[in-house]
Amino acid sequence: MGGGGRASFLLLVAPALLLTLAFYFVPLAQVLWISVTEPNPGLENYALLATSASIGRMLLTTARICVATTMVTLLLGYCVAFALTRATPSLRRVMMIGVLLPLWVSVLVRSFAWMTLLRREGLINDALLASGLIQQPLALIWNELGVVIGMVHIMLPYAILPMAVQMRQIDPALTAAARGMGASGFGAFYRVFLPLSLPGLLGAGVLVFIFSLGFYVTPVLLGGGRTLMIAEYISIQIVEVLRWGTGTMLATTLILAIFALLAMLSRAIDLRGLFGAK
Amino acid sequence: MTRQGRASRVGAWTVICFLLLPITVVLPISLTDQDFLSLPVDHLSLQYYRKLFASAEWLSSIWQSLVIALGAAIIAVVAGALCAIGCWRRGSRASEAIRLLMLVPLIVPTIVYVLGLYRLWVRLDLLDTYTGIIIAHAVTAIPYVVIIVSTSLAGFDARLEQAARNLGASLRQTLWMVLLPNMMPALVSSAIFAFIHSWDETVIVLFIGGRAIFTLPRRMWQGINDNLDPTMAAVASVLIGVTIVLLAADLVLQRRRGR
Repeated sequence: MGGGGRASFLLLVAPALLLTLAFYFVPLAQVLWISVTEPNPGLENYALLATSASIGRMLLTTARICVATTMVTLLLGYCVAFALTRATPSLRRVMMIGVLLPLWVSVLVRSFAWMTLLRREGLINDALLASGLIQQPLALIWNELGVVIGMVHIMLPYAILPMAVQMRQIDPALTAAARGMGASGFGAFYRVFLPLSLPGLLGAGVLVFIFSLGFYVTPVLLGGGRTLMIAEYISIQIVEVLRWGTGTMLATTLILAIFALLAMLSRAIDLRGLFGAK
Repeated sequence: MTRQGRASRVGAWTVICFLLLPITVVLPISLTDQDFLSLPVDHLSLQYYRKLFASAEWLSSIWQSLVIALGAAIIAVVAGALCAIGCWRRGSRASEAIRLLMLVPLIVPTIVYVLGLYRLWVRLDLLDTYTGIIIAHAVTAIPYVVIIVSTSLAGFDARLEQAARNLGASLRQTLWMVLLPNMMPALVSSAIFAFIHSWDETVIVLFIGGRAIFTLPRRMWQGINDNLDPTMAAVASVLIGVTIVLLAADLVLQRRRGR
């Protein structure tokens, strides 16, 4: 590395840089700009964060769903990541297909599939009714439960992959040594492996939480209009009530919250590793 | 294996079944003989695939999605790969900054970006046009291309490129004859990724599409909100099928590169 002149460098990066600046960063900056200029210049839009009851309710719903999604995703993902590090190479390959395949299927298709499974007349309720386990169909969808199920499904691969990478760096000799010195299987895991895997757990947790905050498709389809998260709330401001000031203010708040969380996380671990840039 | 090991293995496979459940369930539903979303009762039927491929609306959406995804992928791969090469050769603070900049679109939720994009497209008169949607999809796909190509270049011996330059090759000759052949698998991977990114993209097209731009995800969104009929399951199966075929092609290529 280190070769290549300045002119050829600029020439090579120019197309991507110009496209991204003109058609990504300019519109993004405009969102921030509108939030402090429409309808009137100043911070009046931001005052709504403190004064509007419906915005307060929506922020709480968003936080609640994202926390629930993150907890469930980490718990389930940890299980898979742990099993991945212990599996034989051929078994690991099969498991990886199971983890990666959903990642490639569109969020829209997956939300639709959950609708067929979870709705009142859906396959899961049908099966449970037919087996006699329940008498009334369960309300699995068009509420917060449905949104969390759909979001956990989308976030799981994003949690499993970084956790598995981090767990593989833990020396297996350490748990073996703990066992050798008389620790039980669970003791060795709880006292040695779990603390060593915490950085991966933390990184995955923040990543999942951040990505969950901005979800649009899944909450709209699986929440059924009753579970209003921030992205849907923003779109309603723009499309239905035409309040650009409120919409862009919430959008700005959303990215500020995301970058604040990322900044906190970057003190703990190397972020670029998480995003695969390294 | 300890009891914990077994428990974690059972847990892991349960989670993997959970991951695969919604993807596998749409295929049998799409083959239903009923007239609502359900598993086939008496026999398998292709009626909803016939309905899908006989519908002018769905066909035009498939065609639009194809054109848009191809256009976006070509732009994203050319721009993104050149950018990755530039950053790799230079390796300076400037290229580090560019790589960081490229992470922003991956982090910022699409709903935030699309508000600004909508306003810009109003001003440039690009709402509801092929150009508008292709640019938006290309720009949001560029970061993925930069990351995929950068990762592959990190394992490439820079001296090969320097040797070519020292032997008198021009920049263009070096790109074509030394770098390109070595980068082919990464380019194909990133092209597939960029294509799928556009092919599946929902939020941007919901906002900046109108009468003219009605891609497959937008048509499906409308169908889900209007009437949940089993044609949706057929569409979903086709989308999953396309994804699996592309993914398999990529896997084969990666394996060949591995040798």
